[in-house]
Amino acid sequence: MKVLCVCGMGFGTSIILKMNAEKALAKLDVPAEVTTSDVSTARGSAQGADLILTSAELADKLEGVAAPVEVITNFMDAAEIESALAKHLT
Amino acid sequence: MSWFVSILDFISVQILNVPAYLIGLVAAVGLIAMKKRPGEVVAGGLKAAMGYLILGAGATVVTNSLAPFGNLILKDTGAHGVVPTNEVITAQAASEYGAQSAYIIVLGFIVMIVLARFTPLRYVFLTGHHMVFMSTLLAVVLSVGFGPGNGLWVVLIGSVLMGVIMVVMPAFAQPYMNRVVGSPDANLAIGHFNTLSYIVSGATGAAVGKRSRSAEDVKFPQGLSFLRDSMVSTTLLMLVLYLVFAIWGIFVIPRDELLQIFASSTSGASAGVGAFIMAAFAQALQFGIGVAIILYGVRIILGELVPAFQGIADRVVPGAKPALDVPIVFPFGPNSSLIGFLSSLVGGLVTLALLAVWLGPVFGLALILPGMVPHYFDGGGAGVFGNATGGRRGAIVGGFLNGILITILPAFLLTVLGSLGLANSTFADSDFAWFGTVNGLIARLGMPAAPLLMLVFAVLLVAAAWIYKVRVVDSGWLPARSRATWLESQKEEATHS
Repeated sequence: MKVLCVCGMGFGTSIILKMNAEKALAKLDVPAEVTTSDVSTARGSAQGADLILTSAELADKLEGVAAPVEVITNFMDAAEIESALAKHLT
Repeated sequence: MSWFVSILDFISVQILNVPAYLIGLVAAVGLIAMKKRPGEVVAGGLKAAMGYLILGAGATVVTNSLAPFGNLILKDTGAHGVVPTNEVITAQAASEYGAQSAYIIVLGFIVMIVLARFTPLRYVFLTGHHMVFMSTLLAVVLSVGFGPGNGLWVVLIGSVLMGVIMVVMPAFAQPYMNRVVGSPDANLAIGHFNTLSYIVSGATGAAVGKRSRSAEDVKFPQGLSFLRDSMVSTTLLMLVLYLVFAIWGIFVIPRDELLQIFASSTSGASAGVGAFIMAAFAQALQFGIGVAIILYGVRIILGELVPAFQGIADRVVPGAKPALDVPIVFPFGPNSSLIGFLSSLVGGLVTLALLAVWLGPVFGLALILPGMVPHYFDGGGAGVFGNATGGRRGAIVGGFLNGILITILPAFLLTVLGSLGLANSTFADSDFAWFGTVNGLIARLGMPAAPLLMLVFAVLLVAAAWIYKVRVVDSGWLPARSRATWLESQKEEATHS
C-alpha cells in the first residue's frame, strides 16, 4: 500500500503524520510505503498512491486526484489515523 | 605515526568538515540506531547528503536573484532592503558555517534529551527545519562574536544554547497551547521558534478579548486559501515587491544606471525600460524557483533526520511531549489562522513604513520587507493563539503584534550577523531574532567573557522555565479564565432559550 502524507511545506507536520501512519500500518500488519509531500507538488507525487492523508485546510487543494483523500484532525492521534487507514485496506 | 595523523587529518578535514557528508553520516547513524536494514541506511545517508547539496544549488539561484533586488532597493531608497527567509539565509550560510551548525544540531539534540530526561522540562523538539535554522544562526552569531580560531567554543556553547532553547520555549508556551487544544493538559506542545509571538498573542488576547466571540463561529471566505501553497505565495509576493521597486526605480534612478541593474544576472544591460521591467519579472520568478529547490533539499534531509531523531528520543525519554511545527495548531482554528495571517501582513507593512521613515534613518536599521512564508505560518499561529484566549479581537491583535515582532526583531538581528548581514536575507521568526540578538550582543564581549556569560544565560533560562513549569504549568493554570467562564454562561443561555 502506498500512502502519501501532505502538509503545507512538506517537511513539518507531514513527517510527523508519516511516522504515526507508519506506526499504525505496522500495527495493522500492512506492508506499506509512506512518503511525504508539500501541497504544491502533491498532485504530482500522488501518482500511484493508494491513499492520501492530510489536514482539513489542505484537502480541497487535492480535489480531483485519483487516490482517495482522508482528513486527519489530530496528527498525533493514533486511533484516528488507524481508523482512517483501516477504511482503505483491501 | 605520521600516517595515523594524516588519516585523522583526512577524516576531519575532508569528511567531517564537509557539511553534506556530515549530515549524511548523522542520518545513517540515526537509521542504524533505529535498526533499519543496511539498504535503507545507505539510501537514507546518501539522500540526506544529496539533500544538503541541493540546498546549496538552490542558494546560488536565490542569491543571484536577490543581489540585483538588494541593489535596486538601495538605489531607490538609500537603505539596505532585506527579505527574511530562513531557508535562504541558512542556505547562504551553509558553505561557511555548515559544518559547525551540523555539530551544534547533533550535540544540541543530546543536550535537549538530557534536559528532557532529568528536569521537569519534558519536551522533545521535533521541528527539524527550525533545528537546522537555529543551529545555523548560533554558528553564525557565535563565530562572528568569538572571532576566528574558536570553532570548538562555538560548537560547545552553541550546543548548550540550542538544547536549552528547544525545551524552555515549549514550556513557556504550554498554558496557551493548552487553551488552543482545549485541554487542561494537552499531549501536544508547540515547537516552532516563533514562540515569543505566540505567547505575546495569547497574553494580549486574554487582555483585549474578554468578551469577544471565537473567530471560528463566523463563516469566512476561503478565497485566500491558495496562499497556503508556499510556491505560489512566495513567488507572487516577490513579483509584487520586485515590480514595485522596479517601477519606483524608473522614476528615481538615472536611466543608464537603471539599465545596468540586471546586467550581472542577464546577458548584459537591459535594452530599454520594457526589457528592464521584464528582467525584474524574470528575477522574481527565479527567486521562487530558488526557494523551491532549497525546500526540496530541506524536505529530503528532514525526511531522513526527523524520524531518526524521534526514534532516539522515544527510547531515552518515553512519554515526553512532542513539540511540533506550528501548522499542528491550524486545525484548532482555520479561520483564526487566516485572520492572523492577514493582520500580521498589515502589522509587517506598518512596521516597514516605520523603519523606512524613522527607525532606519535614526538607528541605521535595514528595511525588512514582508516574507510570505513567515507571515503565513507565524501570523497564522499567532491568530490561533490569540483566538484561543481572546476570540476575534485576540486573533486580529495577536496577528498584528506578530507582524510587528517579525519585522522589527529581524532588523536588530541583522546587526549581529556580521558579513552575512549583508546577504539580503535574514532569519524571520521572533525566537531566532530575540535569541540571536541577545547572544550576538553577549558574543561581542569576546573571549573568555562571552562563553561564560552565555552559560550563565542558559542556566538562568532553564531555571526560569523549571520554576514556571512546576509552579504555573503543572499547577493547571490557564490564561483567560474569565472569558472561559463567560463562554460557558453564553452556551448555557443559548441552550435555555
